[in-house]
Amino acid sequence: MPTGITEPAAGAPAAAVRGGIRPAVRVRRGERAKEWARRAPLLPALVFLVLVTQLPFLATVVISFTRWNALAPDHRGFAALDNYRAVFTDPAMRASMGTTVLLTVTVVLVSLLLGLGLALLLDRSFRGRGLVRTLLITPFLIVPVASALLWKHALYNASYGLLNGALTWIWGLFGSDSPPQPDWMTNSPLAAVEVSLIWQWTPFMMLILLAGLQSRAADAVEAARMDGASAFDIFRYLTLPHLRRYLELAALLGTVYVVQNFDAVFTLTSGGLGTANLPYTIYQTFYQAHDYGRASAQGVVVVLCSLLVATFALRTVSSLLREEVTT
Amino acid sequence: MRARPPGPRRGSRPLGLTALAVALALSATGCYRGAGDAGNDGRDTLNVLMVNNPQMVDLQRLTAEHFTKETGITVHFTVLPEDDLRDKMSQDFSSQAGQYDVASVSNYETPIYARNGWLSPLGARAAADRGFDQGDILPPVRSSLTAADGKLYAEPFYGESSFLMYRKDLLKAAGLTMPARPTWHQVAAMAAELDGSRPGMKGICLRGQPGWGQLAAPLTTVVNTFGGTWFDKDWQPKVDSPQFTAATRFYVDLVRKHGERGAPQAGYTECLNDMQQGKVAMWYDATAGAGSLESSESKVAGKVGYAPAPVERTREAGWLYTWAWGVQKASKHQDAAWKFISWASGKKYEQLVGHELGWSRVPGGKRASLYRDPAYAKESGAFTGATERAISAARPHDPGVQPRPAPGIQFVGIPEFSDLGTKTSNEISSAIAGKQSVPEALKKSQRLAQEVSDAYRDH
Repeated sequence: MPTGITEPAAGAPAAAVRGGIRPAVRVRRGERAKEWARRAPLLPALVFLVLVTQLPFLATVVISFTRWNALAPDHRGFAALDNYRAVFTDPAMRASMGTTVLLTVTVVLVSLLLGLGLALLLDRSFRGRGLVRTLLITPFLIVPVASALLWKHALYNASYGLLNGALTWIWGLFGSDSPPQPDWMTNSPLAAVEVSLIWQWTPFMMLILLAGLQSRAADAVEAARMDGASAFDIFRYLTLPHLRRYLELAALLGTVYVVQNFDAVFTLTSGGLGTANLPYTIYQTFYQAHDYGRASAQGVVVVLCSLLVATFALRTVSSLLREEVTT
Repeated sequence: MRARPPGPRRGSRPLGLTALAVALALSATGCYRGAGDAGNDGRDTLNVLMVNNPQMVDLQRLTAEHFTKETGITVHFTVLPEDDLRDKMSQDFSSQAGQYDVASVSNYETPIYARNGWLSPLGARAAADRGFDQGDILPPVRSSLTAADGKLYAEPFYGESSFLMYRKDLLKAAGLTMPARPTWHQVAAMAAELDGSRPGMKGICLRGQPGWGQLAAPLTTVVNTFGGTWFDKDWQPKVDSPQFTAATRFYVDLVRKHGERGAPQAGYTECLNDMQQGKVAMWYDATAGAGSLESSESKVAGKVGYAPAPVERTREAGWLYTWAWGVQKASKHQDAAWKFISWASGKKYEQLVGHELGWSRVPGGKRASLYRDPAYAKESGAFTGATERAISAARPHDPGVQPRPAPGIQFVGIPEFSDLGTKTSNEISSAIAGKQSVPEALKKSQRLAQEVSDAYRDH
């Protein structure tokens, strides 16, 4: 995928030639050679990137204009804009766009806040900190589909899940044999998916923010404390500004990954009850309908939307890139 | 006094980049799936693509030391979950790339693939192979693997139907008896009786999870016996017809009133768990579920009775599903492919599994001879007779009260059904969750069915 990063304009105006009468051409050639020398080490990576990302994307664009259903090979042909028309008039697609935005924003914001809280706690030194940190990171290391299965069967399940089991146990302590047994995934399907994802992504946010906290200049904090600043003041005027870039980075990366999430939706609800997000909808078009043309069109539309959003997001988070570019 | 605002940020970049690198490395571990390798193409090797069910995994284990030893043919297996399998298979077969010689095809794909000219007909080879005994295959299974041109295109590995599983002890305690041929209304009345007969006990488990292979399968058998159909013989969609609506309303009401908890996410696995944990008294589902209920780990082993699929207006209502072997037309190893199929679908293989791994793991439901085998009858429990009766009674070409345009009991044998069935079941699942009414759900589904039928009436 192309990114929104633009490289500095090539061929800056040649500097004024001083001393002697060197032909301008040679100067320009020297300039150009210097520029290519700077670019050459990047070329293999660029070529590789184009080969493995842009060519398949081009193929997807081409397929999106064809009528291609895998189970009806005789009807293959050129479809012009039919697939795109179908994508834009499909209510399921519109609904899944909304679902994707809601799911992503909720998961990223909540796990960012939780991650910040945990990172601040872990930034202090206490006995057993290493163990606690390892335990907190664990959810992120679990294979996503395994974690989704764990949530579906071991926790949420209304008849044999841990949540309702715990309710039964608590009510049992008070001698009641009719505890409430809410059906978590049916009552709030999207929230159920979100909670399982928040559990998975909080450690990721925590890691990035913890790295940021550890890089704080201790002397500034010390000085502030000497000056009589309260803990909140230190957090508000020292820690938070320092963490800004880390927060932005964590939110950006989190968004990129949560937008693509498929495992949780697929496993927990099978896209039912309005939880189908864009990746799941494309999956259904591809695997259930076997409609490669329409699935490609959906993919292209999603990529274009992502590009729009990513461009704005990157512009907002420009402080991440500014220092890298101005060297 | 206020704290001094910090000066320009310095010294944080290396760590920032480290954090970035760590984050990227960590996220890469969870997000990448390698692709399998299909093996090389030599002489006397076969590439087999199959679904990842336990019976197939057993087959994979037994192949090298038995089949390869006997024939000298090396078999490379590619084992995938059902959806991935269908995708890979349709890609390889539609381009006739010949990457796989043999693949798991079900009775849903077989007629479709055969019509597209992707499979080799197997009838002549089967007839010439005396040891294979084609006549031993149960007729409904054989007919479900026969395409519109009357030729046989796949050989079954195992077959299944659906029936009603119920807790004999609970029915007895409630003073109920299960009729020899229960109707759905009798079953609903019993579910109401049994609901709450013990703390946390529900009357019946019926699938509610969206998917053409989940909720749509049992629901379609209910629709058939209530006199409904997805399409009439002229491809007119009938999803919002009174019969289809009555059947769906019956199903949704039964699940909402006396069905398992968490129904909109409950598929085959969840119902199996509920039944094994003693959370439900009855379960209408695949005959394959009985093997798990009677296994040594199950809490309810020995307490379960088996009745035919409940009916209303038809004589039978059980579905028919079989995983079979099809040979790709473009395969260059047709003879070796038949040898493999003849071994894997043969009588000897059933005996081999019975003696090596235990009779409960035999891929049954396809041959009459297995059910006459005294060792199998003795070892495999109460449900095998009921299973064989259910499969033998299935009528894949005439499952309802009206003629159909395409074969299939719990599905419509057309490529579009996987999508139509999934989207419709999605709407019905949300009716089970109480988020919309049954007529609303079916109105949307009728529109989808209309699109499908428009395409068919053009041909």
